Amino acid sequence: MPKSPRIENVDVILALNQDTVNLHKNKVRQGGTIIYDSNYVKEVITNGIGIPLLTILKEENAPPITRNSGIVGAFSKAVGIEWNVLERVIARDIPRGTEVNLKIAKRGFDAAKPMIKLDPLNKQGFPFLTGNEAIALGLIRGGLATYIAYPMTPSSSILHFMAEVATQFGLKVIHPENEIAVMLMALGCAAAGDRVAVGTSGGGFCLMTEGLSLAGMAEVPVVIIIGQRTGPSTGLPTYTGQTEFDFVRHAGQGEFPRFIVAPGDAEEALYWAGVALNIAWKFQIPAFVLTDKTLSEGGFSFDYNLVNEIKDEGFVSWDRNLPYNRYQLTEDGVSPFAVIPDEEAIIKFNSYYHDECGISTEEAKTVAAMQEKFIRKGALLEKELANYNPVNVFGDEHSRDAIFCWGSNKGVCIEVGDLLGLKVIQPVVLWPFPTDQCKKAFLGGRRIICVENNVNSQVATLAIQLGCPIDKNINKYDGRPFTVEELEQRLKEVLR
Amino acid sequence: MSSRQLITDAQNTWCPGCGNFSIQHALKDVFTELEADGISLSKFVLVTGIGCHAKIADYFNINSFYAIHGRTIPVATGIKIANPNLKVICCTGDGDAYAEGLDHLIFGAKRNIDITVIVHNNRVYGLTTGQYTPTSPMGFKGRSTPAGTQEYPLNPLEMMLSSGASFVARAYSRNMPFLKKIMKEAILHKGFSFIDILQICATYFDVHDIYDRYVYELEDYDRNLYWEALKRAREWDYNSVSRIPLGIFFQKRDMTFDGHFLQKKISHIERLERIKEILEEHS
Repeated sequence: MPKSPRIENVDVILALNQDTVNLHKNKVRQGGTIIYDSNYVKEVITNGIGIPLLTILKEENAPPITRNSGIVGAFSKAVGIEWNVLERVIARDIPRGTEVNLKIAKRGFDAAKPMIKLDPLNKQGFPFLTGNEAIALGLIRGGLATYIAYPMTPSSSILHFMAEVATQFGLKVIHPENEIAVMLMALGCAAAGDRVAVGTSGGGFCLMTEGLSLAGMAEVPVVIIIGQRTGPSTGLPTYTGQTEFDFVRHAGQGEFPRFIVAPGDAEEALYWAGVALNIAWKFQIPAFVLTDKTLSEGGFSFDYNLVNEIKDEGFVSWDRNLPYNRYQLTEDGVSPFAVIPDEEAIIKFNSYYHDECGISTEEAKTVAAMQEKFIRKGALLEKELANYNPVNVFGDEHSRDAIFCWGSNKGVCIEVGDLLGLKVIQPVVLWPFPTDQCKKAFLGGRRIICVENNVNSQVATLAIQLGCPIDKNINKYDGRPFTVEELEQRLKEVLR
Repeated sequence: MSSRQLITDAQNTWCPGCGNFSIQHALKDVFTELEADGISLSKFVLVTGIGCHAKIADYFNINSFYAIHGRTIPVATGIKIANPNLKVICCTGDGDAYAEGLDHLIFGAKRNIDITVIVHNNRVYGLTTGQYTPTSPMGFKGRSTPAGTQEYPLNPLEMMLSSGASFVARAYSRNMPFLKKIMKEAILHKGFSFIDILQICATYFDVHDIYDRYVYELEDYDRNLYWEALKRAREWDYNSVSRIPLGIFFQKRDMTFDGHFLQKKISHIERLERIKEILEEHS
């Protein structure tokens, strides 16, 4: 299974300038190399491959940007990628200036020498997607009609992808004035029957919280993608973090049911984004997909045929017994949903406490009844988890020590788990917290070590509250994801 | 007569003499007339914010989205985008539209989304018991400004004209027939239609004697002329004592935002096939 974790050391560095060499040269593994533009990098690097790219560009009268193609050409030769493969890739991915890029790539290719031999795959390759592309495709697979977002790293590429494929899928893609409008427009769309999702990061989500609470009260289905980055405030906009679980779980005034899923890689993202859309509509609640910079903008490849099927599961519809009551009190707390316009129904959404037909009320009995409706709906949502696989277990089942992790730490934890012979427990659904499934996975464990990219061990704290004992925490909060080497070292220290 | 009882049984809690009653009655008559003209009542959606005006969502037996303060316009925009065949009407207050949700008002006009925005402009916060709003006159003594405000009011008409609204009007709650006529035209207008209704707040800001004396209806007036509209909009600045023109100041035909989204829906099987194609491109 491809896991895509980060590693400390690299085989090859491609350096177009001296800064790159200075910053990264200590990371080259034994037997690795630095391929560099010898016109810019002034030192002579032992066992490196220097290519005078600037000189080549001048000879070919090529624009400066083509130095990239030149160094990629040299890299291909060094690792044994055949010229015709590179030629095909450049022709496909560089539609503007293809000829000149091919020419410079070939010069770079010819100037380098082979270093490592990579064997070609003799089978059909898997798709290569970013986490955000996977989320977008997952939403579309689940029947998305509309995507609304204001740009914010690391969620913007969902907006870009959706806009790109909008015509193909009959999608409506909107970029409004701010995140307040994003959320409220989404609720309007959903009220008129559109399956809708929004995307942002922590800062944008701050602006969405009043709309979130409205979604809770008015029982409007909406999917919210949160791409976590390093906060507080602007923080490190282009780095990673896992600090928004507590925020997302508690956001919005009042108490109402919600669903939070945190996929660990692109494959899970594709599947669970669709599930989130279905759950939002089935229960008429806000459903969150919690991702982070590492997953959202990281590249993954996986076998699409192994991703569980999903389709638009619709909503509980009205049996057409008159009159229609938007907030009909039912045994399971879910009221039938009718879509505006309906010749026979008057459909009233309301942010105030309301009676069954949606008219404001302050009457104590009705207020309590509506709260209890939420409680029943929340309980039903908890039961719904049994229809899915909300907790993954990897690694050595019999190991007494286990790593507990969530979201994008999945890959690195599995890899380090394998190295150290540990079990890895990964809750994918974080709310309602899959307590029973976690307890089952914890059985027989001597020590459970929770790995999170935050200071306060947010998910571990909740797990402990709910009776899933965590023994130690490993936290990282410098904006960088764990590398395999680093996590291995820190686990060894904890398990000593 | 309408095919349905247009007013609900909800208890009406507006103060006696409140300008909202006449707005409600005018709108009720407009619904009845539009239904008679062939528009099904089920196609109307009323979106309100929070404030005295917003109770109208409870009082009308019409599809409604009783939203939150300042956010009528994005909700209405979403509804219209999801289904461009709906007639979406925002009833909003001056605190709603000109303070908390000013950004959405400007962007609604800028996009020319085909919705109608009716501002119940009583120039005071009634529900929160008497604070100044963006259209209260300079020196307004409210509960948050006992010494009087130190800022000039906004001129919403001027602002709407410069934001690109394609229908800009002003009406007065004590002139029902005129109010009705303007509301109907606004709802039938294809594009962003905006009406600022000077409304009496019987409890906190009753200036009906001033309005009664100074309002006049635009006559022999060409509503297609932008500069003329701007000039007339500036005749009264919501602050000084001067003549107050009522009527449709400006109207133009233009493309609407919701018109861009008439995309063909695709089946689940087509969707799956296209996803596979994209995945192959990424392989």
